[in-house]
Amino acid sequence: MRTAERTVAAAPAAAARPISRRRLRDREWVWGYLLIAPMVLGLGIFYLWPMVQSVYYSFTEWTLFGDSSWVGIANYTKLLHDAAIGKALINTFVYSALILLGIPVSVLVAALLNARGLRLVGLYRTLYFLPVVTMPAAVAMVWAWLYNGDYGLFNYLLGLVGIKGTSWVANPDTALYAVVLIAIWSAIGYNAVIFMAGLQAIPQHLYEAASIDGAGRIRQFFKITLPLLSPSVFFVSVLTVIGGLQAFDMFFLLFRKGNPAREDSQTVVSLFFTYAFEEGAKGYAAALAVVLLIITLVLTVIQFRLQKRWVHYAS
Amino acid sequence: MTGKMRALACAGALVAGLAGCSSSGESSDGTVTITWGHWGTADMWGPTATKLAQAFEKSHPKIKVKIEFTPNKEYWTKLQTAAASGSAPDVFWMNGPRIGVYASQGALMPLSDQIAKDKLDMSKYPKALVDLYQLDGKQYGIPKDYDTIGLFYNKDLFDKAKVKYPTADWTWDDVRKAADKLTDASSGVWSIGAPAWNQTHYYDTMVQAGGYIISDDKKKSGFDDPASLQGLQFWKDFLDKKQSPTQQQMTDTDPSVLFQNGKLAMFYDGSYDAVMYQNSKGLNWDVAPMPKGPKSNASIIHGLANVIYAKTKHPQEAWEFEKFLSSEEGNRIQAESGAVIPAYEGLADAWAKSMPGKNLQIFLDAATTAVPYPISKNTAVWARKEVDAITKAYTDGNQVEPIAKEFAATMNADLSAEK
Repeated sequence: MRTAERTVAAAPAAAARPISRRRLRDREWVWGYLLIAPMVLGLGIFYLWPMVQSVYYSFTEWTLFGDSSWVGIANYTKLLHDAAIGKALINTFVYSALILLGIPVSVLVAALLNARGLRLVGLYRTLYFLPVVTMPAAVAMVWAWLYNGDYGLFNYLLGLVGIKGTSWVANPDTALYAVVLIAIWSAIGYNAVIFMAGLQAIPQHLYEAASIDGAGRIRQFFKITLPLLSPSVFFVSVLTVIGGLQAFDMFFLLFRKGNPAREDSQTVVSLFFTYAFEEGAKGYAAALAVVLLIITLVLTVIQFRLQKRWVHYAS
Repeated sequence: MTGKMRALACAGALVAGLAGCSSSGESSDGTVTITWGHWGTADMWGPTATKLAQAFEKSHPKIKVKIEFTPNKEYWTKLQTAAASGSAPDVFWMNGPRIGVYASQGALMPLSDQIAKDKLDMSKYPKALVDLYQLDGKQYGIPKDYDTIGLFYNKDLFDKAKVKYPTADWTWDDVRKAADKLTDASSGVWSIGAPAWNQTHYYDTMVQAGGYIISDDKKKSGFDDPASLQGLQFWKDFLDKKQSPTQQQMTDTDPSVLFQNGKLAMFYDGSYDAVMYQNSKGLNWDVAPMPKGPKSNASIIHGLANVIYAKTKHPQEAWEFEKFLSSEEGNRIQAESGAVIPAYEGLADAWAKSMPGKNLQIFLDAATTAVPYPISKNTAVWARKEVDAITKAYTDGNQVEPIAKEFAATMNADLSAEK
């Protein structure tokens, strides 16, 4: 902005009219705000204001159809005694931690897709990216069939080698991990795109210098590729954790009423949905959402603190 | 395009969007448009809804009906938000589990005065259903259809196992004896489906054993009643003897799908699924009354009603439409769809004859002794926990009694918290 100001301001100065120079700067100030207005207003109206409202709602109790009353911190004290929330928090943390395993997989995929001389690279990239643009409902339906205990593909394949599989998404012992696998699979395409961009930004001359110095490919990967890719890894891991904490769609779609795994496989957001929209306890649900917001903030701050130890930004 | 023009275009789009939101209103020629919300699927209900609206518009030229379809899964979340913000449809479908909360919180218009004024004869509808849509002595909905439960069975599987078909005088013991013979693990056939479903399964057997689900004053849970426990245990025995697929298997593959594909010999199900089985190719089915338990063979009856939104801008027009839907003519149009049993007296016979050779009459007979679907003011709160608890009780390795008793305590707490 500053450089732009200077160059634009230079023109009227040449015409020797000091007043218009000032007016133009004023106008530029207006234009600046006008141009960011759609973004700021959008964020303000659709993100910040609802966030403020949610905090306010968390101190109120609602009847189903819109009358509210102030209840102070009652919702928060109730949260402390809700056993379902403790279970949902553990599930959410375990899930968020496990889906980080998708990052090394995505790095590997990105490295393969980036390999020189790979044929049909466009096709592979499309295939890996397809899950990202597929509707979650369709993803859930296909995976529910793959996981089906009696007629699913996975158990058929396991049967060929003599293993009897379970009902993967209906068995409380396996359900959470089954969803983790879907999440990792769904995210590979998106993550790989970011990693590919990161890989392409690594200067080629570093590899050349390294190979002249006698470093093998594996050594190059660990000493050059990984450190220089770390900003991308950091970015993806922050997004993955935030996404994990907000996990909802697969849990909502796969754990319907009557699924024996449902009660033990709730996440914070699926519990929020149950409280707010099935039981109509909107104030209580808002308190749960505020708690989740705080947890997300804390975890993200911790990640930003830790990044100093392992993320290398090439200067 | 200059910036100014773009801003104008955006503003225009916004205004247009807002205008698009207002759903019902009065146009310049005095025609009033009312909206009618429902969740009936397009293939089964869509044409019938259109026919009903057209027939009504013909006899009421000053009123137009706009049909608003929402899939069942999103219907209640959407309706709740719309009702809170004052924009719910003028007339909409209602079910038993939700009537308590909608009526007690003032979202519905009481119809008792209009019913009295226009002399509507409520005895034309099954009493259990009329009662279902009553709260504190006021009528909030008029039943449009009903459903009861029967024992569906696969004739081919019975023949193969050389077991006689179920009859009207069957008891629980007869079901058990038949179940002992019908399971055929080698071809993946189970005797019976025992999912943790309430309306079609354990509610019925709880009542048949002499128990109850909720006390008449809606203050006490029946899940710790000894007779109720017997009714809950009925299904557990089939599960323990591996005569039914497990809860996990029935989560993966819906038991109604298993029945359609000849994997279940017997399946308790609602009258509303008869048309689905009728359309299943290669399925040789019929239906019998539910077998008698220690006390009775009573069925749970449930049915939908049309209700009027409390904040409707056109209460008079909405009432006219409600009245039409509840009328003999409205029910007749509905009967032609074949999907549901119309609530109006006498019209159900046409439905019972819609599938020749199938004993659909049992569903109509069941209605005469049926017990209303159990509800309280905020059914949704304990109903969710109930499904989770009973699902757990029906899972391998768990006992019914302790889990049901624990749930009864939870339900009692929820009931005492209702206002």
